[in-house]
Amino acid sequence: MQPRRQKRLFAIVLVIGLLTGAVAAMLYALQQNIDLFYTPSQLVDGLGESKIKPQVGQRLRIGGMVVEGSVKRDPDSLKVSFDLVDTGPLVTVIYEGILPDLFREGQGIVAQGVLQDATTIKASEVLAKHDEEYMPPEVADALKGIKHVPPSQQPVSGSYE
Amino acid sequence: MFKWLHPYAKPETVYHLCGRLMPWLMGAALLLLLLGNIWGLAFTPPDYQQGDSYRIIHLHVPSAIMSMGTYSAMAIAAFIALVWQVKVAQWSVLAIAPIGAVYTAIALITGMAWGKPMWGTWWVWDARLTSELILLFLYLGVIALSGAFSDRQTGAKVASLLAVVGVINLPIIHFSVEWWNTLHQGASITKFAKPSIDPSMLWPLLINILAFKILMLALLCVRLRTAILVNEQHRPWVKALAGD
Repeated sequence: MQPRRQKRLFAIVLVIGLLTGAVAAMLYALQQNIDLFYTPSQLVDGLGESKIKPQVGQRLRIGGMVVEGSVKRDPDSLKVSFDLVDTGPLVTVIYEGILPDLFREGQGIVAQGVLQDATTIKASEVLAKHDEEYMPPEVADALKGIKHVPPSQQPVSGSYE
Repeated sequence: MFKWLHPYAKPETVYHLCGRLMPWLMGAALLLLLLGNIWGLAFTPPDYQQGDSYRIIHLHVPSAIMSMGTYSAMAIAAFIALVWQVKVAQWSVLAIAPIGAVYTAIALITGMAWGKPMWGTWWVWDARLTSELILLFLYLGVIALSGAFSDRQTGAKVASLLAVVGVINLPIIHFSVEWWNTLHQGASITKFAKPSIDPSMLWPLLINILAFKILMLALLCVRLRTAILVNEQHRPWVKALAGD
């Protein structure tokens, strides 16, 4: 290789190497801020090594699975409450509004709202988090015992408190 | 080691090679696109949760994969252009950039169209969506920089440098759904694991991925040929070609 080309090669590799290092350091430092949401365990136990807990009144997003049997709807309004779980503790979400079509028990969701007390969030927006599994209804029925029920036909489970 | 490559540094050779390959690539791409889309949109079963809305995956995933694939092709061309200063590589960078920008835009737009009914929102600033948007800006940056200097050579060089540096974004896009928690789901097809998409839906998706790949090469051939003619317009071989 000609010395001129070699010099250019080293210069470019050096630039890429330094920038990669800088970006990696930045992303590492911002790690917790890039996460879109808290999981219920992070909310209850605190986040990261220093176990920082969000404060009451703080706006945040919470993401987890809707606990089976925890969805309570108010028959006269759009008020709904449900519990979220990941691996440990439960967190309750209160919401008033239209839920996304994919919302159901056992579904992953992300809710944005204000922390009311240690484990309750008053949500202003509820988003469904879809997983990466795609399958026809028959396969889902055979594999998971899931039958697709549109939210309009879902039974009202429990009563709203 | 790379001696066999040397003839392809000559614009005239590349021009004729692209001319020969283009009709085949374009034909194959259109055929596969027709097959993959008709199969995917009309003849696959609906998803158990999303119903028919999931069918946008047949456009979204191929364009998203190729937005990154096209970027790596552009970055490799830019690297060769910077280190070895091969003119054809330099022109390839500028020929590839708009193709990749369109793929990225398709991925973002189809993703938003799917996100509104499924997630409940058009856009959320999670790591995957944000890094893919940055990819679009990198493409637009390369296009804009190449035209921002009165000296075309300087512009092309600066654009190539941006293209090479922007490669850092590719692993970030790819691993964003694993490194951070995001609203965007993880990958449905990976190289090593069994795909988490049912085989009846997988085949048209794979066909479309291949089709988008070949379409990118076909479009590159068209654009590179034009770039070669524009840049070599005063050379005898182009004059002879035009004279015929």
